[in-house]
Amino acid sequence: MPAPEVVAALATRFAAAPFPLGVSVARESLVEAARVLRDHHGYRYYLLGTATERADAIEVLHAVRHPATLDTLFLKTALPKDDPTVDSLVLVWSGADWNEREIYDLFGVRFRGHPDLRRILLPDEYEGHPLRKDFPMDAPWGFRP
Amino acid sequence: MDPLKVVEQPPAGSRLEDVAEEVVRFPGGGIALLRTEALFQWAQSSSLWPLTFGLACCAIEMMAAFAGRFDLDRFGVILRPTPRQADVMIIAGTVTIKMAPRIRTLYDQMAHPKWVISMGSCANSGDHYRNVYSVVPGVDHVIPVDVYVAGCPPTPEALMEGIFELQRKIRKGSRAGA
Amino acid sequence: MGVPPVTVEVVEREFGELALNMGPQHPSTHGVLRLVLHLSGETVVRAKPSIGYLHRGVEKLSEHLAYDQLAPVYERNDYLSPTANSLAYCLAVERLASIEVPRRGRFMRAFVAEWQRIASHLVWLGTLGLDLGGALGGGTTLYMYCFREREKILDFLEALTGTRFHTNVNMIGGCRYDLDAATAAWSERLAAAVEAALPELHAMSGDTPIFRERTRGVGVIPPDLALAVGVTGPTLRGSGIAHDVRKDAPYDAYGELPLSVPSRSAGDAEARFQVRIEEIRASLSLVRAIVAGLPAGPIFSRKPIKNPKATKVPAGEVYAAVESPRGELGMHLVSEGGPKPYRLKIRAPSFCNLQVVEYLLPGGLVADVVAILGSLDPVMGDVDR
Repeated sequence: MPAPEVVAALATRFAAAPFPLGVSVARESLVEAARVLRDHHGYRYYLLGTATERADAIEVLHAVRHPATLDTLFLKTALPKDDPTVDSLVLVWSGADWNEREIYDLFGVRFRGHPDLRRILLPDEYEGHPLRKDFPMDAPWGFRP
Repeated sequence: MDPLKVVEQPPAGSRLEDVAEEVVRFPGGGIALLRTEALFQWAQSSSLWPLTFGLACCAIEMMAAFAGRFDLDRFGVILRPTPRQADVMIIAGTVTIKMAPRIRTLYDQMAHPKWVISMGSCANSGDHYRNVYSVVPGVDHVIPVDVYVAGCPPTPEALMEGIFELQRKIRKGSRAGA
Repeated sequence: MGVPPVTVEVVEREFGELALNMGPQHPSTHGVLRLVLHLSGETVVRAKPSIGYLHRGVEKLSEHLAYDQLAPVYERNDYLSPTANSLAYCLAVERLASIEVPRRGRFMRAFVAEWQRIASHLVWLGTLGLDLGGALGGGTTLYMYCFREREKILDFLEALTGTRFHTNVNMIGGCRYDLDAATAAWSERLAAAVEAALPELHAMSGDTPIFRERTRGVGVIPPDLALAVGVTGPTLRGSGIAHDVRKDAPYDAYGELPLSVPSRSAGDAEARFQVRIEEIRASLSLVRAIVAGLPAGPIFSRKPIKNPKATKVPAGEVYAAVESPRGELGMHLVSEGGPKPYRLKIRAPSFCNLQVVEYLLPGGLVADVVAILGSLDPVMGDVDR
């Protein structure tokens, strides 16, 4: 459970909605919320970056931790499916680099400001984003020896 | 802890007396009479040098097979890091679409005669990943395979049996690829 | 697209840099990792790691299999300590579905996890010997000795569970295999044997001057960089930050066991080496404590599973983490109430630890590349999933 005072501070400043693992902010205020979280509240420890495709939106989550209190907070933002772009958090936490490349690779979310946004787990010329719900699991892999 | 006495005798059919027509030993040496094909097959099967090609978990069992307990070195099997010096390629692990062209390149870089052992369920058929978007269901879609070793992962004894099977196949006359 | 060859290509630029492709087939890259090194002489100017050669789509596969079927699938991710992966998954499902694990089951899960931690560190040490000493140049001795000890552990696991390392012990709700008096006595003898072998292994590695020269001051990770990138595990503890999931957020039996978390402040490869050696000792005392304090009772709290597809988990989101030998292995599970997970993200410690390679390699020599990779101990199944 994330620290309630941090959740409350983010809720008042960014109109963030709390959920069991952290807070959800609007995508325009993601970078600012991240900076406040790191500099003001001290969450300097980056844990993971992930995405979940819901029925009407794609959620991008970044999990960060406070090195002293060891409190883990998930910062979530929801993106519309027809325009899945959001700002990159690489300049806030360096660990977001590869995590955002993986989200781009598997979900197709574009991160504005990412220094090197290309596929990381699949070949560069692969087409499609496999973790989307409309992507069949056994898509033809089109391999030519 | 007693070491497992897996193989105490040389594998059946692998001694010179088994492949030669006639062998006469005298102090200081000996004379053997055999066809050249039999001589080359005996030499090749007794010194198979695999390419270090562990992809996933089967690589760890392959490393255990080359370690002190199961010791493949006593069968003439030494790992070589470069395909130019290798006879056999042991594909140990899952073949993904990103890795498959590299496997093909390495196979092409090996010099004839060359053989392939597919180790583990992932290399045989893709295992439980066979329907995944990024997995090649079995390495025989990429390169021709001589021996399939089953298991997830196969124990080092199973890998040794697979190597003996390849040795038997070579002595029967297989030059390269199924 | 043409197949990139595994060759050296000379790139003529003003500074005379050489672009050297290392991997994905290479004896020292710990699996299928590809490093493109830009060298100026022997010094590394830039290093770009390229991963994905073992991407098996486990997260997509998770959405198509039932909850009870999934625990063995994750064991193949971090294949040097398989139970850590399935333990993280079982913890996540148990937290979301509020399933209570009986005390003996928790102790048994921790027991197998600690033995696999020792086995994983022995593989790390053996391959470090191969990396730093060369396959035909003396490093093989350390490799053979480490694997001899590891074979004893794998024999024990085979007697306990039936297989050598993909043991399949963790189930949602408890453990599958139990300890009886004979196996407990075997565990005590084994712990004594491994502990007796540790000074010899240390004499072959950390006490030798070549090893010290190759690891001291090499690959220093400053603590701020480690936190910003998300490094965890012995790699982080070698830089002075003593985080350990078993102590910070105890799961299973770790809240009741005497746990010591070793750490060093130097941040170089030698510090990480010393942390892992001490972790082997700490794990040995943990397994002794578990056998001594094993409570009676069942090891599994649910009814026998007749139909794996009948288990349903309530809707929600949860994050559960364990301490694998590589670091914090977490599972972020999203469920919408059905019999299969809606989304499962695996927080792989090797994935985050490997990011730091881009910062560590420039400025060092080519020979340090192998030492740094060995001290980070990545497992590519964990990186690529």
